[in-house]
Amino acid sequence: MSPLRIAAAAGAVVVALVLQVSFFSHLAWDGIVPNLCLLVVVGAALTRGPQFAAVLGFAAGLALDLAPPADHIAGRWALALAVVGYVAGRVRREGRPTPGTVVATVAASSFVGTSVFALTGLILSDPALGIPDLLQTVVLSVIWDVVLTPFVLPPVMLMFRRLEPDRSLA
Amino acid sequence: MNRHWGRDPDRDRPKTSVLVALVLASLTLITLDSRTTSPLDPVRRAVGEVFGPAEVATATAVRPFTAVPDWFRSKDSMQQDLLDLQAENSDLRSQIATDDYARNRLAEYDGLTAAAEGLGYSLVPARVVALGPSQSFSRTVTIDAGSEAGVRPDLTVVNHDGLVGRVLRVTRTTATVLLIVDADSVVGGRVGRSMEVGFVTGRGVLGGDGRLDLELVDDTAIPGKGDAVVTWGSQGGGPYVSGVPIGRVTTVYSSLRETAQRAVVDPYVDFGALDLVGVVVPSGTASDRSVIEADGTLR
Repeated sequence: MSPLRIAAAAGAVVVALVLQVSFFSHLAWDGIVPNLCLLVVVGAALTRGPQFAAVLGFAAGLALDLAPPADHIAGRWALALAVVGYVAGRVRREGRPTPGTVVATVAASSFVGTSVFALTGLILSDPALGIPDLLQTVVLSVIWDVVLTPFVLPPVMLMFRRLEPDRSLA
Repeated sequence: MNRHWGRDPDRDRPKTSVLVALVLASLTLITLDSRTTSPLDPVRRAVGEVFGPAEVATATAVRPFTAVPDWFRSKDSMQQDLLDLQAENSDLRSQIATDDYARNRLAEYDGLTAAAEGLGYSLVPARVVALGPSQSFSRTVTIDAGSEAGVRPDLTVVNHDGLVGRVLRVTRTTATVLLIVDADSVVGGRVGRSMEVGFVTGRGVLGGDGRLDLELVDDTAIPGKGDAVVTWGSQGGGPYVSGVPIGRVTTVYSSLRETAQRAVVDPYVDFGALDLVGVVVPSGTASDRSVIEADGTLR
């Protein structure tokens, strides 16, 4: 594990988080923005596997939980993205994933991530929202994430692949 | 626990122990943060000190570009008028297109100055630099004024249209604001015409159909359609100062199960297009920027 890779992963998460809250808020659809942090975690999962991605997901989720303007109970995004990193990492097979696999993984991960977050909210009743609102949010965020996939996933996956050659290909 | 990931990153069979550890860590955090005085507050502040300036810088960098779609969006309802204008005077139209952003900003500052005058408080002007994603189900924004600008928790935030929200927490250069449309937000409201008091709660929805619910304390009082609702404030002006316009009553219904009258309030503020806001501070607050005084002057 090179310090360079840790720094690059942290940098990608910080850039994704800042763009998500400060730039994409201007393009928000009903307040829903593409979850760039989730896309970075999926990118890491598809290139580096479940362990690295789960830890990166936990760290990225923690940043989402604590960086302003977040006000929900901390640990919820950390839980959701750690699960996403692990599940998406299990998709990784021998060789490089096809574009179809990538898009399908993003859609599934986005659904799982947003749902886990929403479910913890339901359990903690933070805030008290109806099921239709939750479903609408989940569906819209899956669409947003899939739309952004062609722009975000290739550079992120290239970055993780460049930093350390994939040993499973050797 | 962060050490675990250094060992076998590429082993074919992933260790479920890593996932279990991470899930347990998340659950611990959730438990810790659920308490009323959260031990995570200092951590939040520290993280905010790092991300706050980054958000301010990004918002400043993208503002010239994002202002263009904002302008078209806010003028959506005036599309028909715009068509008429186009037919009338193409020369004038091109002039508006180039100057409009600057002029809108000026009008907002003028409105804010008038707001300070009307309320009798000082205002610290600030820009919205980040908006919480709807996926997080809370309606919060970051503004680019923090403790150095004289902002502290539980201060009222307004813009030229009316009440925006209150300050939750501050860092040196930024502050997090809870919008009144958040599902957790409760504001003491007063119907302007009858002076009846009640509570205004958010529904957690932004944008065009973002509405508030007003529940009056006196169950015999019925708010009229179109009545203005203002804040009634509390001791010492915190968290909400009194007399700030919140919105207009659009529909009234009484529920049989509950004893109180409920009304739907349409907020004056367009929460989808928040930009310039003012934080209500006591007169004479030391600040790193010009403060709009009660008499409308800049200090």
